[in-house]
Amino acid sequence: MKARVHITLKNGVLDPQGKAIEHALGGLGFAGIEDVRQGKYIELELAETDAAAARTSLEAMCEKLLANTIIENYEIDLDG
Amino acid sequence: MKAAVIVSPGSNCDRDVQVALRQSVGRDPIMHWHGNPDLPDVDLIVIPGGFSYGDYLRAGAMAAHSPVMREVVTRANAGVPVLGICNGFQILTECGLLPGVLMRNAGLKFICRDVDLRVEAEDTVFTHDYVDGQIIRIPVAHNEGNYFADDETLNRLDGEYRVAFRYCTPAGEVTAATNPNGAARNIAGILNENRNVLGMMPHPERLADALLGGTDGRPMFDGLAEALAPAA
Repeated sequence: MKARVHITLKNGVLDPQGKAIEHALGGLGFAGIEDVRQGKYIELELAETDAAAARTSLEAMCEKLLANTIIENYEIDLDG
Repeated sequence: MKAAVIVSPGSNCDRDVQVALRQSVGRDPIMHWHGNPDLPDVDLIVIPGGFSYGDYLRAGAMAAHSPVMREVVTRANAGVPVLGICNGFQILTECGLLPGVLMRNAGLKFICRDVDLRVEAEDTVFTHDYVDGQIIRIPVAHNEGNYFADDETLNRLDGEYRVAFRYCTPAGEVTAATNPNGAARNIAGILNENRNVLGMMPHPERLADALLGGTDGRPMFDGLAEALAPAA
């Protein structure tokens, strides 16, 4: 089973990289960008075939390692 | 006094800490590989600076779960002094021994220069050779030194006098202009509740010898050697 994990900065946490990207895009002439936030995207291939069990396990992975929940949120997508 | 320096793939200040400890303690620390969970009995554990695991995922995130760290956490909770410098501070927050997180520098640049720090907690094994209000000058060298925690945590740190060092002017004023990395409340180093775990971004080991242009970092290692010397 394929899993996709998106990790994003929580609202209110300053994202200087997002700001730099926003400025760079403006410099390239892309108008109308109101905000840019940068995050991480992780793909995992799991042997687990039960979606609920996979989700439980992925949540533990996010809490323990993949995300730092002081500043980051995570979102899990499962295929199949 | 017996000390251990935890060495990870990518540690690069481990030798500096070794030299600083040798100078102050009079004997070499144990250089302990992170992958070995059998940590000998020691009086002090130092997690040095560097780029453990190439800063993959987040600075310190991987090393925080390396085999030796479970034992480091157990020892810290049992009262053994643990000093984390730079990447060591990041590892201590990632493994939960210290609150908060070190984020990317607000200016997005790697910063490597001397900074002035105000000592604010002289009552620890790490800092007792300094006095509160003393200004010391030692270097920072980091890309993720932007200390962040929620207001409740910051208020608790302040209320319990757990901020050990703050970035300041040479005269000791804590201002936005002297904050190199965007750290909340100019925080450069913090203590755990029991004051036996110190995490700090600046590098005392890099200015602990006059040959290197300064000795403001030396009292930390001298102080540890005195505080942790076996009773006569």
